Amino acid sequence: MKTIQVFDPALCCSTGVCGVDVDQQLVRFAADVDWAKQNGAKIERFNLAQQPSAFAERAVVKSYLERSGQEGLPLTLVDGEIALTGRYPNRKELARWAGIEQRAIEIKAVGSCCTGSRCC
Amino acid sequence: MLHRQPLLLMREAARMRFLDNPPRFLFFTGKGGVGKTSIACATAVQLADAGKRVLLVSTDPASNVGQVFGIVVGNRITPLDDVPGLSALEIDPQAAAQAYRDRIVGPVRGVLPDDVVKGIEEQLSGACTTEIAAFDEFTALLTDASLVADYDHIVFDTAPTGHTIRLLQLPGAWSGFLEAGKGDASCLGPLAGLEKQRAQYKAAVDALADARRTRLILVARAQQATLREAARTQEEISAIGLTQQYLVINGIFPPDETDHDPLATAILRREQAALAAIPEALAILPRDDVALKPFDLIGLAALRRLLVDSEKSHAISTAGSQAALNAPTLGTLIDSIAVDGRGLVMLMGKGGVGKTTLAAALAVALAHRGFPVHLTTSDPAAHLSETLVDALDNLTVSRIDPHVETERYRRHVLETKGAPLDAQGRALLEEDLRSPCTEEIAVFQAFSRIITEASKKFVVMDTAPTGHTLLLLDATGAYHREMTRQLVATELHFRTPMMQLQDPTRTKVLIVTLAERTPVLEAASLQDDLRRACIEPWAWIINNSVAATSTTSQLLRQRAYNELVHIDDIATHHAKRYVVVPLLREEPVGVDRLLELAAGHHRVTEEA
Repeated sequence: MKTIQVFDPALCCSTGVCGVDVDQQLVRFAADVDWAKQNGAKIERFNLAQQPSAFAERAVVKSYLERSGQEGLPLTLVDGEIALTGRYPNRKELARWAGIEQRAIEIKAVGSCCTGSRCC
Repeated sequence: MLHRQPLLLMREAARMRFLDNPPRFLFFTGKGGVGKTSIACATAVQLADAGKRVLLVSTDPASNVGQVFGIVVGNRITPLDDVPGLSALEIDPQAAAQAYRDRIVGPVRGVLPDDVVKGIEEQLSGACTTEIAAFDEFTALLTDASLVADYDHIVFDTAPTGHTIRLLQLPGAWSGFLEAGKGDASCLGPLAGLEKQRAQYKAAVDALADARRTRLILVARAQQATLREAARTQEEISAIGLTQQYLVINGIFPPDETDHDPLATAILRREQAALAAIPEALAILPRDDVALKPFDLIGLAALRRLLVDSEKSHAISTAGSQAALNAPTLGTLIDSIAVDGRGLVMLMGKGGVGKTTLAAALAVALAHRGFPVHLTTSDPAAHLSETLVDALDNLTVSRIDPHVETERYRRHVLETKGAPLDAQGRALLEEDLRSPCTEEIAVFQAFSRIITEASKKFVVMDTAPTGHTLLLLDATGAYHREMTRQLVATELHFRTPMMQLQDPTRTKVLIVTLAERTPVLEAASLQDDLRRACIEPWAWIINNSVAATSTTSQLLRQRAYNELVHIDDIATHHAKRYVVVPLLREEPVGVDRLLELAAGHHRVTEEA
């Protein structure tokens, strides 16, 4: 099983509701992470404001921060290698990395049409 | 000064109901400036005088306990030689929060880029971090038997808010957070770096909620706004399951000491009316009234007399009859604001300092001079803003109810952003929407629509988000997005909303405070917070000043005298410019009365 690690910018809430305008991306991603975990995915999230050491300890994350700054976050590592930068993974990407079968996504999608990215 | 025997004291003091069969832990809670620390100190002394072993714990940010007792206490348990059986401990919540920030940020300082480190520090600079860090500090005092075995009573001059207790009680918020440290939960963010384990916090909350071990005493003043706030606190903590609260009304004007002074008589009448209309949530609590004292509550002798009945005070009053303070008035401030002909005027300060009334006075005065003005107010009682609607042609009034706005914001977020989420996602979102910042943001969002009008007219707001919140909103770009969406296309040179707030020709932030110790401290920390966001408060307004009146009441003259040191402190250490607004006999309602307030009753002098 591959390990997915997501490095968030400094957020006070993982759903991002503390902004004037709630970031839809964050809300969706929080739900997607929950879903992927329930389907057995191994996902860790690190919040820059709360676990900065997690950023400093990983050379690849540290040098990414030095190059692209905080604005370059979020950053996603899969098994320690950069898989995605500048935006959050969608449910499909999480499923691919974690090896969750496509069927699981479809069954879920029947229940509520918009759980994936951009399907509406 | 009279010296009373402890024995006599205890007989009189027994009248205080909150001291009836006191349990092990006593917490005093209430907004800043109501006298929590003084009452906690007096309580501790009284219990010690009765032969109990007492530990007094203060989280007062300016080490007031040491000042009250005239010794250095600090962050370790210190016996007070003058009171056998009494020890004290001071916890500085700011220092606790700083230590916590250092713990999190220290290891990455110099490792991660500087601006990244700075951003992290700002995230951890909010009020919630400070509160939780302070709670973390005294958790051990509630749970570690070996630490407190030596004491019969532990008296705290503060208490965690309902929000903190609720957070600590929410099992969902804890899931996997402290144990695994993976950051699943959200608004418990500030707890992430705390050292203790969940079991310890749980034990602390259990101790708090147990009436056999803990008594929570609400401290308030006989003022409508303060009582309303205390009632909200009471409702919040009783909803959590804490039901055995007591109420202390501090600083009540003694009926037989008005000296036939019109101001003193008006204060007495106003206070009695506020108490007669006390909110129901408070009316059911056992209540003690503490009379306004003519002396400063410094030193053991003064403390021993705080909780006894009112005594005639003339003999010990140090202040003679004197003329009203000669300080800059509100009128001078309005003159300088009017020069620009437009702009945003934001009044900031803690609840109950009179922001709404002053905002209304400023708006009316500017409109009266012929400028178009939009007054936006969160006036909870609405009676003030109602009298202004349609009162002047060029004055627009909009009123925002913070609770309605917050509820509307929560519902809106859940209905739009929450709609595509599954049940679990929705639950997580709902939990985050209980964050303390939600109200501040919801209200500011409602106001932000009006702010853009400030390029053409005066916009006067009686509330504003803190510098901390502005920085966070600015950092995430959320504030920027919100404002640019609402910016009209006519704005030629582009500037960010944060730049508008930082530009003193476009935005004037006025800090409102009272000439009392705690309110001045709170205002100073508000100013520090704004300065972090590169917003320099333009002026301070010292409201409800007795020193600025010409009262002849001895009791009020003493209060006026006590104010002088604080007014001087503001003038010399804190404010670029300041004005002093006198305490009025009646609340100014309606255009004429507000204009009178804005004009000021005294000679005008401009501060350099």
